Amino acid sequence: MNKTVNQKAWFFVIPVFVLVAFNAIIPLMTVVNYAFQETFGNNVFMWEGTRWFKQIMLSERFHASLGRQFLFTFIILFIQIPLGIAIALTMPKEGIGVPVCLVLMSMPLLIPWNVVGAMWNIFALPDIGFLGHSLNALGFDYNFTQQIGDAWFTTILMDVWHWTSLVVLLSYAGLRSIQPAYYQAAEIDGASRWAIFTKIELPKMKKVLTIAILLRFMDSFMIYTEPFVLTGGGPGNATAFLSIDLVKMALGQFDLGPAAAMSLIYFFIVLLVCWVFYTLMMRNEEKS
Amino acid sequence: MSLELKNVEKKIGLDTHIYPTNLKLQKNTINILLGSTLAGKTTLMQIMAGLDKPTSGEIWFNNENVTGMKVQKRNVSMVYQQFINYPNFTVYDNIASPLKITGVSSDETKQRVGKVAELLKLSGMLNKKPNELSGGQQQRTALARALVKDSDLILLDEPLANLDFKLREELREELPKLFENRDCIVVYATTEPSEALLLGGNTATLQEGKIIQYGKTLDTYNKPNSLVSAQVFSDPPMNIAKIKKSGDQCSFLQNDIQWKTKLNIKDGEYKVGIRPHNITTYKEGNNTLEIKGKVLISEISGSESLIHFTNGNLNWVSLSNGVFQKNVGDEMNLYMNTDEFVYFDQNERLVSNG
Repeated sequence: MNKTVNQKAWFFVIPVFVLVAFNAIIPLMTVVNYAFQETFGNNVFMWEGTRWFKQIMLSERFHASLGRQFLFTFIILFIQIPLGIAIALTMPKEGIGVPVCLVLMSMPLLIPWNVVGAMWNIFALPDIGFLGHSLNALGFDYNFTQQIGDAWFTTILMDVWHWTSLVVLLSYAGLRSIQPAYYQAAEIDGASRWAIFTKIELPKMKKVLTIAILLRFMDSFMIYTEPFVLTGGGPGNATAFLSIDLVKMALGQFDLGPAAAMSLIYFFIVLLVCWVFYTLMMRNEEKS
Repeated sequence: MSLELKNVEKKIGLDTHIYPTNLKLQKNTINILLGSTLAGKTTLMQIMAGLDKPTSGEIWFNNENVTGMKVQKRNVSMVYQQFINYPNFTVYDNIASPLKITGVSSDETKQRVGKVAELLKLSGMLNKKPNELSGGQQQRTALARALVKDSDLILLDEPLANLDFKLREELREELPKLFENRDCIVVYATTEPSEALLLGGNTATLQEGKIIQYGKTLDTYNKPNSLVSAQVFSDPPMNIAKIKKSGDQCSFLQNDIQWKTKLNIKDGEYKVGIRPHNITTYKEGNNTLEIKGKVLISEISGSESLIHFTNGNLNWVSLSNGVFQKNVGDEMNLYMNTDEFVYFDQNERLVSNG
């Protein structure tokens, strides 16, 4: 068989290549570049090998913020996924209630992230905020700017408020795609409501829930804007999650090398967790 | 054992889905609900099962009023057009699921599942999950679930509609055997007249939420009480023409073809219905009355040939055994069997068979 040679085809590939290079490869390579070198400005670089990686991996500060990050992500997943499914189960299935609920549910998702942070900051202020003032009036000693527990509570509450809707919408879509015949068949069998949920609804929602968990994991693991505006990482470093800590290191202290190494480690953690989780969830799905 | 619908009516909002219906089904019978999509077959079945309540009317089972009784309390099973199985269960657990809920012992469950699995040729795949099976096997699993629990009433809602042709043929032949020697009432909904004829039993023809006719399948087919019932039970559709009768002579209004009839009815105008397979491209047996036709479409389906043709205003279909290739626009002679003509009066009620 004779293959025709036509180098002009490159002209179709080059624009995509250039585009991807500018928005992904070049910025990433710059970070890689910084991660292996030391610089004092003036475009003077010195080779450092893996020194920054070792430093970050052994740094207590990194361990602490990574720990906080995992704790935060697990708590919000633990709240948002069940809560989202529960809300989706109670939403109306037909009639005027459907669009009303869908629009109401989408509202938090439409608000810009820094606005969410600012809203909750004002809402939770202990002296003038509705939430903060009410809690104090009820006798709780609540001050999210000074007490670690309160800061965590407020940050988690804000994230639940902001993002549970996403889980609700995805779960609702998953539930709506189950054919009514499944429910009838279960009814004929005499299955309980709980059995219908565990034997039909959950397995049928598996794919959509996998996506929901992945999206919520990635987003919450990279959370920056809302806690930055709400608590600024404080009090102390109590809510300094990975990205907040990273920005402090890169732009606050101007430690470009360690910050670049930390970025790469951070990136690989997200990638690894997503890959492991997705592979585990989908390992039985390939056959179908 | 019997299932009786007394004046059952179903309305949703202002729409009437089922008009007041009376129907009595006896035990050990297969009852076919035959009608096109939206004729009300599924609604009627759901009312029979207790999945849906009638707006008015009563359902009696074994001389007991079961209207509004929950489906869980009735001993019913149902098979759907879609292949409905528990996605996370193996085939074995799927088949066993109705037994587990009713608390049958595990030994007995094992034995009954084994028996029904063998009947449905599923023995080799009891450990697989539904999504590892072909469509035909998934539907066999659903059928096995329906058969395993000795229901009083088995409802099958177009169970073969989503299967491909060969699997459908295969399963269709096995179905009547599955229901033999079962102490139950089987209700089977289908859109296909050929399926009804193959399953035998009784057939109810439905259209737009009304039962048009109910009786032995062959009787319903041979003696449609009305043009509507005949149309529901004919695929391809029955050919219709207006005719005039005087004495023992009949003739089409549209052309001058004449034939003799033994019908003992008043002279006047009638409608005649001719099933497509009673018009053939060759003279055979009693197919002797000749009609000229101009070919509109000619299609071959299996080993049969469908020829759509026109004669004046008539736009008819003929169905002949054998494969014939005709070109569009060809003029040809076709032959009809006047003994099989079905005569209807002006109100489209059956007058008599010719």
